[in-house]
Amino acid sequence: MRLDQRLIAGMIRPRTRVLDVGSGDGALLDYLFRNSGCDARGIEIDMREVTRSVAHGLPVMHGDADHDLVHYPDNAFDYVVLQRTLQAVERPREVLRQMLRIGRYAIVSFPNFGHWRLRMQLLLRGRMPMTSVWSTPWYDTPNIHPCTILDFLTLCRDEGYVVQQWMAVDEDGERAPWRRSIRLANLFGEQALFLLRRKDAPR
Amino acid sequence: MDQTNPATTLSHQHVTFPDGLQLDCGFHLAPVDVAYRAYGTLSPARDNAILVCHALTGDQYVADPHPLTGKPGWWGRMVGPGLPIDTDRFFVICVNVLGGCMGTTGPRSLRVREDGTEEPWGTDFPAITIRDMVRAQHLLVEHMGIRRLLAVVGGSMGGMQVLEWCATYPDQVFAAMPIATSPFHSAQNIAFNEVSRQAIFADPQWHGGRYWECNEIPARGLAVARMMAHITYLSEAALTRKFGRRVRATPGRGAVGAPGALFGEMFEVESYLRHQGSTFVRRFDANSYLTITRAMDYFDLGAEHDGDMSRPFRGTPTRFCIISFSSDWLFPTSQARLLARALNQVAANVSFVEIDSDKGHDAFLLDEPDFDRTIRGFLCGAAEHAGIG
Repeated sequence: MRLDQRLIAGMIRPRTRVLDVGSGDGALLDYLFRNSGCDARGIEIDMREVTRSVAHGLPVMHGDADHDLVHYPDNAFDYVVLQRTLQAVERPREVLRQMLRIGRYAIVSFPNFGHWRLRMQLLLRGRMPMTSVWSTPWYDTPNIHPCTILDFLTLCRDEGYVVQQWMAVDEDGERAPWRRSIRLANLFGEQALFLLRRKDAPR
Repeated sequence: MDQTNPATTLSHQHVTFPDGLQLDCGFHLAPVDVAYRAYGTLSPARDNAILVCHALTGDQYVADPHPLTGKPGWWGRMVGPGLPIDTDRFFVICVNVLGGCMGTTGPRSLRVREDGTEEPWGTDFPAITIRDMVRAQHLLVEHMGIRRLLAVVGGSMGGMQVLEWCATYPDQVFAAMPIATSPFHSAQNIAFNEVSRQAIFADPQWHGGRYWECNEIPARGLAVARMMAHITYLSEAALTRKFGRRVRATPGRGAVGAPGALFGEMFEVESYLRHQGSTFVRRFDANSYLTITRAMDYFDLGAEHDGDMSRPFRGTPTRFCIISFSSDWLFPTSQARLLARALNQVAANVSFVEIDSDKGHDAFLLDEPDFDRTIRGFLCGAAEHAGIG
């Protein structure tokens, strides 16, 4: 399991209901079931990963964030997780709304487009930045909705979500040291990880 | 009755339920025989039973040789020691469906007339539903002292039975695998069934359904029904791969030798379909075919709920694994997805996999390694969650 998945697992209370949107190889689901006693289920767009997960006994269905969350009832889950995918969905705001409709909490991670290396490349070279995190050229990238940590905070405020916890994470998933200043995190954090809740959800 | 037909004299392992069944159509059918095969060992806690539901023309001989054809069981590659549905671990039951012709009460079963004589039901056999089939299976499962099935598994019409089990006896199904199936029978599928039935009706040897009186069977009609249906079980890619446009010479057929004879040659695919038709009529009863296809046509999970397919599953405790095949155009993935979404609406525990295959609907009976892995993994996961070692 990636290190940032451990950070996500640490945000989830034991014996809760979890939906992992973009569950990949199912590592987080497996961890949550075995170590936290969670009722953890997945949605995954890549059919090979779905088959692999189900063949490991994990409850995963083929689907995606844009089209399948809408079919779940309100409050079906305690947590809905979206890992490193928000920038690639068709309608990020709607996906967040759905996540916080069907779950009381949303856990969202995404690559931070405000990182200093991206800013510098654009400033100095005048070209779309290419880094280890943003590694596909503009014409090939699935990342159609990049945002910065500050952009994301603004959206949360506009939508009325409470940021219960946030952290900057480096590419390997290790927690980065920028804990106090969101501006420094926006400059130096490669990935961001947020725990959101609805205003009406208990703390 | 035609006593020379081995199909009618064969005896099958069965249990007779003298009180019978109240059917959806209002008729009380009694007594009811339920024929079945069982494999493996039932655990002392009776918690390791898996029910396999067969498709339209299948039967209970899922993993041992068919008594009429001598061919291996229809899912012998899936059910057995060490196989994905592992009989070293699980107790596997397969029941001939109500209305069938392999020992369970159906149109070929004898009934007692008012004058005390016996004759087959024929087309007087009451209209049955998929739920009636499930009720008959339920009688047997209760008779075996099994309070909860670890899993119910089935493809095509077997998948309809799986869904009906979950809707009718939700607390008695821990895990369910509806495979290559749909939450309702589509207009296209009803249309195909109707063509099959018309082929049987059009055979003069059908004799209005009372063919036993003339010692005949409507072999032509039933064979054509099977040929037509068989096309829908395959795919264009599978037919092309297996047969292409290859031709075989057929001496003794039509105006052989005459140059340019219209049917002097036969395409391989024609020959294959004829073989499928002719072997089928030896093991299957035409009136059973009519009864069972009609039961499929009536299948619609949302029918009693204003079209809401999710309502029968509200509060379901069952773990579902829906499987479809990419080239199946009889029960396409789009219908499996409707089912998955209906189950999402009630926040059911659902896995949903589309297996990439060019073999069409029949892929669930054939060699598909991803499919095998999915079945094995899902059942192991279910056993773990059910607390079975």
